[in-house]
Amino acid sequence: MDFRDSPEEAEFRQRFRAWLAKNNPGLPVSSTDDEYWARQAEWHTALYDAGFFGLSWPSRFGGHDLPPVFDVILDEELAAAGAPPRPSLGYLVQGIATHASDAVKGRFLPGLISGRERWCQGFSEPDAGSDLASLRTTATLEGDKYVIHGHKIWTSYSDVADWCFLLARTDPTVPKHKGLSAFAVSMHQPGIGQRPLRMINGITKEFGQVLFDGARAPAENMIGAPGEGWRVAMTIVSHEREPGEVGYVARYAKTVRDLEEVVRADPNAFRSDQREAVAWAYVQAEMLRLHVRRRLSERLDGIDHGPGGSIDKILMTWVEQSVGSAALSVAGSRALIDSDDLGLKIYLYSRAQSVMGGTSQIQKNIIATRILGLPSA
Amino acid sequence: MDTRDTPEQAELRRTARQLARQLGPRTVADLDEGKRTRRLAEAVRSAGWLELRQDSGHGGPLASGVEAAIIAEALGEAVADVSFAGPLLGADLARRAGARPIDGAVVAFAPDLIDAARVSGPSTTLPIYAVDCDGQTPGSAYVLVPEGAGYRLAQVRVEGASEGSDLTRVIRRLPAGTPLLPVPNQSRLLTSADLDSWATLGLTLTSADLVGLMRGVLGLTVSYARERRQYGVPIGSFQAVQHLLAEALCLMEGAFSATLHPSWAVDERAPAEARNAGRLAKAYCARAARTVCETAVQVHGGMGNTWDCIVHVYLRRVLLSSQWFGDDGEHLWQLQRARLGATHGFS
Repeated sequence: MDFRDSPEEAEFRQRFRAWLAKNNPGLPVSSTDDEYWARQAEWHTALYDAGFFGLSWPSRFGGHDLPPVFDVILDEELAAAGAPPRPSLGYLVQGIATHASDAVKGRFLPGLISGRERWCQGFSEPDAGSDLASLRTTATLEGDKYVIHGHKIWTSYSDVADWCFLLARTDPTVPKHKGLSAFAVSMHQPGIGQRPLRMINGITKEFGQVLFDGARAPAENMIGAPGEGWRVAMTIVSHEREPGEVGYVARYAKTVRDLEEVVRADPNAFRSDQREAVAWAYVQAEMLRLHVRRRLSERLDGIDHGPGGSIDKILMTWVEQSVGSAALSVAGSRALIDSDDLGLKIYLYSRAQSVMGGTSQIQKNIIATRILGLPSA
Repeated sequence: MDTRDTPEQAELRRTARQLARQLGPRTVADLDEGKRTRRLAEAVRSAGWLELRQDSGHGGPLASGVEAAIIAEALGEAVADVSFAGPLLGADLARRAGARPIDGAVVAFAPDLIDAARVSGPSTTLPIYAVDCDGQTPGSAYVLVPEGAGYRLAQVRVEGASEGSDLTRVIRRLPAGTPLLPVPNQSRLLTSADLDSWATLGLTLTSADLVGLMRGVLGLTVSYARERRQYGVPIGSFQAVQHLLAEALCLMEGAFSATLHPSWAVDERAPAEARNAGRLAKAYCARAARTVCETAVQVHGGMGNTWDCIVHVYLRRVLLSSQWFGDDGEHLWQLQRARLGATHGFS
């Protein structure tokens, strides 16, 4: 066990820190501001072009072949500089890298990793949330193309995406988990309609709804084999649940630092419960940072697509919601007088964390049955 | 950066867990089984575990905080009724003072069990408490005697009956007026940095104990939930029960991740930085372990509230390990002071 940076890690940390000192875009705290979502692509390409994105992914697709712990260094330095987190799309990369043919990987991974092509994820539907496998969007083979009809929701960045990682039913005659396939679908074509969603904290740029009405995907854009969609989706969601994959640690650490600064300016103007909320948020955010160090260290033994991500997702949710509560607590009545108050927005956004990427209840079902070995209900 | 066990650490983890499982109590009645407890104490002693924080002869301890935490966690997991952290902390303190270790000596604590007892004068003026001492034989406990800018070690004689509520570790009350005896051959005064590092070891060992206790009690409780049937099915098939246990597992995993850091930092980082790592691990572990044990009592239902169900043995030990070196409330307050500049607790 060694928490120290190796010489290579230390060199990387220094190099990134120096770059960040000059290139921090000074964006607002992500998730609470439309400006962040509008400029996220710019941030992605800036990181990528400087050689600081896709660190652990294969170099033939634009990554750097580095051990996963380099992502921890990136997150820690982003947090220390108060910079926005790295774009979270590692789970899509894992999905494609694990299941797609070499041709599909070669076609799509470089653009996904470099940020030259932006992606959204078309999984959830209005009637298929936790029960994802009951989704009703269909993809029907006509000639050499699949024709798509359906309605997707909670589709992050749908309005700016070039491609959609779509989960659709290709075989309605088999049991629900077996009739699904995954596709890369171009978002630049007729037959696609967009409806933005406004979230409870007011942001409009993160989530959208997408209506597919005869949009097409060439058969060679299938990710994995026909009927393999459920397995592809499970690979993706298991990684979407890992804080090491999504890079949120930097966001929590930045928010905690900002809150600490507010309190430190006049500590005795805050009640003990407000200060304790901030101290607890610090403990939680640090725990998660250390947990990610542990998980990414464990990856040196090989990547595990198993149910452990559900534990990480619950921990991440508790952290985000502790940070959100602390932000609301520190804001005090300001959160009620000023509807634009940042503390209020952070708090409101934090409530989504126990829903997105699989609700906390679903995660606990997975942990209970697949990790603890309790009998299914 | 690699937080995995080295092969030697992984082997120690296996050995320690096996020994603790084999010789630890399985039932509440086992706690009174003198032959087993003597075998357990002998096994811990002959494995050399009590000497791990003694001087290696090369300016540091024989083993790092990581190894110490691995053993503490294993003993906690089996709720092993044996003295370990107490003598380890005694040896660590003696090493920092450059003194030859007194066999089996522990440390005496102020009544809050957070700080080592500080005594000026020829005898103690308040009751102080020797924590985690040997249950069978009389021994010694170190106290701190202020001198100049630092502290010198003295020792007090420890004997009498155990008084603590933890059924697996011994606390002895040393009444006011207990005479101080010298500790021979001290080569230096303890500085506040020494005490920071020593406290970090205490925070690490108590946190690791809490992680082990969570792991152990959760294992018991999951097994119980698989077997215990109501409405014709195992209670572990009900989501209401499943979710409690799933949350408990998450708390344990987070606590484990948080505790690895101080166990390493105690020997590798500046004292104040390491102590901060210890504080936040302890704050997390204390909250987590209390919740996990309360969940265990709840899932065991009525039986979980009886003396003969071993779950309360875990809960009682959690309460002591939480308070010893400070619980979540204490460390959240200390973090407020250090990081937020807070100067008083209530306003």
